[in-house]
Order: sequence, then C-alpha cells, then structure tokens
Amino acid sequence: MTTHTLSVLVENKPGILARVAGLFARRGFNIDSLAVGETEHPEVSRMTIVVNAEDSPLEQVTKQLNKLVHVLKIVELDATASVQRELLLIKVRAERPMRSQVLETVQLFRARVVDVAPDALTIEATGTAEKLDALIRDLEPYGIKEMVQSGAVAIGRGSRSITTGPALRAAS
Amino acid sequence: MTRPTPEVLAHRAHAAHPAGPATPTPAAPKVARTEETLTGAQILVRSLEALGADVVFGIPGGAILPAYDPLYDSQNVRHILVRHEQGAGHAATGYAQATGKVGVCMATSGPGATNLVTPIADAYMDSVGIVAITGQVSSAAIGTDAFQEADIQGITLPITKHNYLVKTGEDIPRVLAEAFHLAGTGRPGPVLVDIPKDVLQNQATFAWPPTLDLPGYHPTLHPHGKQIREAARMIVAAKRPVLYVGGGVLKAKASEELRRLAELTGCPVVTTLMALGAFPDSHEQHLGMPGMHGTVSAVYSLQKADLLVCLGARFDDRVTGKLSTFAPNAAIIHADIDPAEIGKNRAADVPIVGDAKFVIEELITAITAEHAAGHTGDLAAWWTTLNDIRDRYPVGYEEPPDGTLSPQRVIQRIGQLVGPDAIYAAGVGQHQMWASQFISFEHPATWLNSGGAGTMGYAVPAAMGAKVGQPDKVVWAIDGDGCFQMTNQELATCALEGIPIKVAVINNGNLGMVRQWQTLFYDQRYSNTDLGTHKHRIPDFVKLAEALGCVGLRCENAADLDNTIEAAMQINDRPVVIDFVVGKDAMVWPMVAAGTSNDEIMFARGLRPTFEQDDI
Repeated sequence: MTTHTLSVLVENKPGILARVAGLFARRGFNIDSLAVGETEHPEVSRMTIVVNAEDSPLEQVTKQLNKLVHVLKIVELDATASVQRELLLIKVRAERPMRSQVLETVQLFRARVVDVAPDALTIEATGTAEKLDALIRDLEPYGIKEMVQSGAVAIGRGSRSITTGPALRAAS
Repeated sequence: MTRPTPEVLAHRAHAAHPAGPATPTPAAPKVARTEETLTGAQILVRSLEALGADVVFGIPGGAILPAYDPLYDSQNVRHILVRHEQGAGHAATGYAQATGKVGVCMATSGPGATNLVTPIADAYMDSVGIVAITGQVSSAAIGTDAFQEADIQGITLPITKHNYLVKTGEDIPRVLAEAFHLAGTGRPGPVLVDIPKDVLQNQATFAWPPTLDLPGYHPTLHPHGKQIREAARMIVAAKRPVLYVGGGVLKAKASEELRRLAELTGCPVVTTLMALGAFPDSHEQHLGMPGMHGTVSAVYSLQKADLLVCLGARFDDRVTGKLSTFAPNAAIIHADIDPAEIGKNRAADVPIVGDAKFVIEELITAITAEHAAGHTGDLAAWWTTLNDIRDRYPVGYEEPPDGTLSPQRVIQRIGQLVGPDAIYAAGVGQHQMWASQFISFEHPATWLNSGGAGTMGYAVPAAMGAKVGQPDKVVWAIDGDGCFQMTNQELATCALEGIPIKVAVINNGNLGMVRQWQTLFYDQRYSNTDLGTHKHRIPDFVKLAEALGCVGLRCENAADLDNTIEAAMQINDRPVVIDFVVGKDAMVWPMVAAGTSNDEIMFARGLRPTFEQDDI
C-alpha cells in the first residue's frame, strides 16, 4: 500500500462532501485525511484527499469519483513535485521549570506559541506529516494535554496550475 | 390499446391523449425564452410537458399533493395511478427499456419515497434512464423528523446517477431538464428530484428553456482512433475471437451496427442477459448467452478465446464465474461508455471509451481497411470446434418423469406461438432463466428483466410500463409464483387504465431457484421455499386475477397448453393471467455454480461436458 494525495476540484454545491466521502467508504477505502476549502474561483472547492491504496484500486475509485456530476477534475499530486502541509495545534504542560525547554523545542521546529497559561502552552505548527510527528514526539515527555490536526493540503510545485481549463471556466 | 374504464376516464380532465408534444431538447438554443409567474407545482408540470414526458407513474400523498393539482389539468402528461410506489418505479423502467425514452415516476415523501428505493436501485444496476420525482416535507421542517420525512436524497446517494433537493421554484425547470439529460445520456441511470412542499406551493418565475449547468458532466461518445485501429488489428489477427456483447449495445441502439460487425468479421457472438435481442438468436453466428446459466458453447467460447471484444458489458460475476480462471488466454478489448467499467474486474489490453454505436461503426471502418490491406482472419478451425460443441450441447430439457407440465415447455411454446415481435418481461428466478433460454429474441427492446439487481416482482409492473410505452405491441410478463405475489397489485392498475398485458405465472408452488440451490447445495433440505400455491392453492391465481379485473385462465397439462396460450392471445380488452401449474423439480441447466470456474460448467445434473483434447 502506498500513500496517494488526490486534489479534487468540485462544484461548491451542498452535499458534495457526503457524496465524495460516501463513495470512498462504499468502495472500501479508508481516507487518511480530507481537507476542503474554497479556491480562487468561488464556485469551485478543492479537496485534498490522502488515501492509502494500491495503484489499481485507486484508479477505480478515481474513475468512480470522476463520475460524480459535481466533480470537475482530479489530479494526483506526486509527493516530490508538490508541497504538502498540515496544521497542528497542541496543548503541552509547561510549568515554570520545564517552560524554557518546551520553548526551545518550539523554536527548533519553527513553531509558534499561540496561547499561554500558567501551567501550559498552546503551540501552532505547520509542516509535513513527518515533521509534525517529530514535533509531537519531542513534546510528549512534557505531557500532551490536548491536540488537534488538520488534514493535509497540497499544491503542485512550479508555475503550472490545475485550476485552469474548460471545466473550471464553465463552473466559475 | 384499449381505453381505460369509463370511471377512470371520468376522473381525468382530458379524455383523449395526444401522442405527446414534440420533444424539445432543453439545450436547444433558438427557442424563444418565455417567462411567467406560476406555482412551483405548475412549473413542475409545465417542465415535464416541455421535456416531452408523456406518462408519469405515481401515487399522490401529502407532500407531493400540490403537484397533482396542475397534473389533473395537463393535456400532455398522462398520470397512471399505481397501487404501490415500487410498481411506479418498475413501470417507469419498463417504459424506458421498451421505448428508449426516459421513464418518470412520482411519489410522496417518507414511505412513498422509500418505496421507490428498490426500483431506483434496480434501474441503477441495469443502467436504465428514469427520473423519480418525490415530494419532501416543507423546507422549514426538513431535519426535524417531521411526519413522513425521510432523507431520500441521502438514502438514494449510492443508487442514483445523480440526485437533487430543489431549493426554489425557479430551479425546477433547470433541475428537471438536467435530470432528464443525465438520466438519458452517457451511461443511462436513475436520477431523483426531491421537492419540498413549500417549493411546490410558492410562486416563482417559470422560464423556459433553462440553461443546463453541468460543467463536470461530459460523457465521451466518440472513441479514440488509435485504440480503434489497434483493436481492428487484433481482431483480424485473432484465431479464436468472440464478440462479448452487453446491454450497452441495446442502450446505444447499435443492433444493426453489431450485425454488420459480426458478419464482416465472422466472429462468434455471445449476448449477456441484459443484451438479449441485440443480436438475433436465430443468427448462425450467435452462440447464445454466457454465464451461470448460459449455453455450453457460449461459456466455452469465452474460456477458450484468444481475444474477447467486449462491447458494453461489464464482466459481471454471473458471466465470468471465478474471475481468476475466466478466459485465461484471451486478450481483452473493452469498449464502454463508462470509463470506470474498463479494468474494474478484468484488465483491458485495449481500452476504448465511447458510445457502442460509434465504437462499432468505427471498428467496421477500421476492419474494412485491414481487409483491404489483405489482413483477414481465418476462423474456420474455431468455428469447427464451436459448431461441434453447439451441436453436442444444445439448450434443452427433459420432460418431467412424474407427468407434470414442464415449465420449459410452457415458456418455449409461449415464445413460439406469440413470436419475436412481442415484448417479454420476466421476474427473477428459474422462469427468468428459462425465458432467456427458450424464447427466441430477434429484435432489440423485446426483453426486459432485472439483470443486475435481481429484483423479484419486476415483471408485472415492468410489463405494464412497456405496454403503456408501446401500446401496439403485445406484452407478456413471464413470472414465477413467488415474484407474482410481490407486485400483482398492479394488475388492478392495468385493468382500470386499459393496459391489457398477459401474465404467464409459471407456478411451481415454490421459490424455484432457491429450491434448486437447496437441491444441489443444501442436501435437499427445503427450508422455507414451499409457497403453498400447489398444496393449498393459496392464493388461487385464477380467482385473484378475476378479483383484479383480469381474465384468469389455468393450464395443468401439456394437452391444454397451446389452446390456453391461444385463448390468452385472443383477449385484448383486459389483462390476462394464466396460472401454469408446473412441476416443482425442474432445474435450470446448464449451470456454473456460484464461485466456481466457468470450466466447471455442468450441462445437466452430474453431467460435465466433455471436450476433445485438441479443443483445449
């Protein structure tokens, strides 16, 4: 099994998330993460779906996805030719004696403290899944009180854009 | 067609139905755009009229009620009041399969809508273009578990090609035009349109024609030339090719093109359950139906082929048997309008995306060019083998030793006496398989059945829909006693609405196909398959038929068989039901047991076909 990142451009219509998520479930796929948001075209939303699958079943689910009437375009983003980021918010115990060590870790990972309490810090970090995993591992000894992670968003490197083309023009 | 009863006519504002308006295409650009203020319900009916929907099968109820008021006045849309929403859905499917047009059914919210779920799933599996219109509780009540509320859009998400929840009356024309377009183009399929009651009641601007807004929907109709040329080269080079034809050829109305392709190449043809009638059964190149109950020669041809040319079929498990042993030596050319079918079950060497009509036309051109260049295949040895197997293993049956009426004989005689111009609709089970085997199908759109979903109870309402769509054709339902008891209430609809179908109940007193599996795989332990229609004659199908306003006939022995069929053929003012009381032990052969390899096909119980060494 390999990890694949799909960028799915869809019409910004009610129920589209249920259609896409339901299709993956129906065809027996587990979605690792799914992030959805608007694009530069207000009528078009972009989903970034990370899924673990063999190539051949992935091709089938991609074709099935393409059959959804509101799906405009699907592009698989190659990990080496794209930038992929996730967002992490993590609340860590940081009483006086430990606080400077926690802050040092925050610095090392180029993360930011976004909230301060007498006995805890809330840290915001973005990066690849691997970088965030490493940060979590380093913070674990201090005591993680709570954490939340977004799904990955991804965009291809270089000047080319996937949000151009006849289907997109018609939708926007 | 006979007229509906006077009472039915009296309830209808318009006694005479015009044939329906000329079908305007919603995207037709030059039509002057009209605008007026109407209720959502009036907009719905006006849109149906403008789309050329001449028949709607349905039942009113609370949420859809506003729509029935303007429907009452429509001069062009005939509403047929069914007795159960499932009947409406299958009738729309039968209508669509018999006419090639989009079928329409209508129901109210909640249970009305959920009763449509089975026929919608059925149409989805068999790729039939229908539009289901459902009432929904008022917008403000959605999500409150209101009376008769069901999330029918959510429920039908996996079994529709697309579905809608309409938000405003202004959207109705566009949504309906899109629904008809989606249902009837590309790979056809069911589309559901759910309309809240307040949207039907409120005033809105009706503008026609609407502009379709489907930026993500572009079915590929014309195949890629390079793929066609590659396919043509493979076809003329093959030693043991087979044309494996599915329902897509019927949907594309490509029977004539298929015949030309077959005769040009000389290839053997097999037609799946969904494709019967796409290629004449009487044609000498036709080996019959492949699959679980296909002919030995059709199954054998696929197993031994070096090339399968799959046209609008989908390598269903009922055709392939155990997939890993299916057609092990064959290269695959797979043409389908739905790219997702290609490579789904079996990898394709040459994938071709396109409409079967265009695919076959372009294959003919490319193969003709190959022939002109001197590349012609020699299939003489292949045909010698196939003809030998066809001669040794014809489809047949043995008369039951206990002297009971043979179900196969009943179905065969109906086919012979009624002829290939009639439309036959079948339920699901033994009678369906015997109908596929023993009726000779010569023309497209003459065989309607529930192939993918296997929906018992399909026959009567589908036959009703077909007869409404093709009133000048004779329509027979070949049904089983189990299936018949699921949907026979629609015979009341047929009797009142003047829809004189014929129903042959192949009554073996049992759920016959299930019983056959119990005989073969469950040590003859007949758990819950005896329906009592023999032992107790409950129900008495003749009395039931009469109670439903039909003529009821019964036939219990071979001597009366032809007379009874002929008597039914003479009755054209009412529906006819014939209770054919047949033996319960007859089995469907040949058979490839579920999950086993096609190579293990059984010609009859305990009888494996023997193939010559050099056959293999």
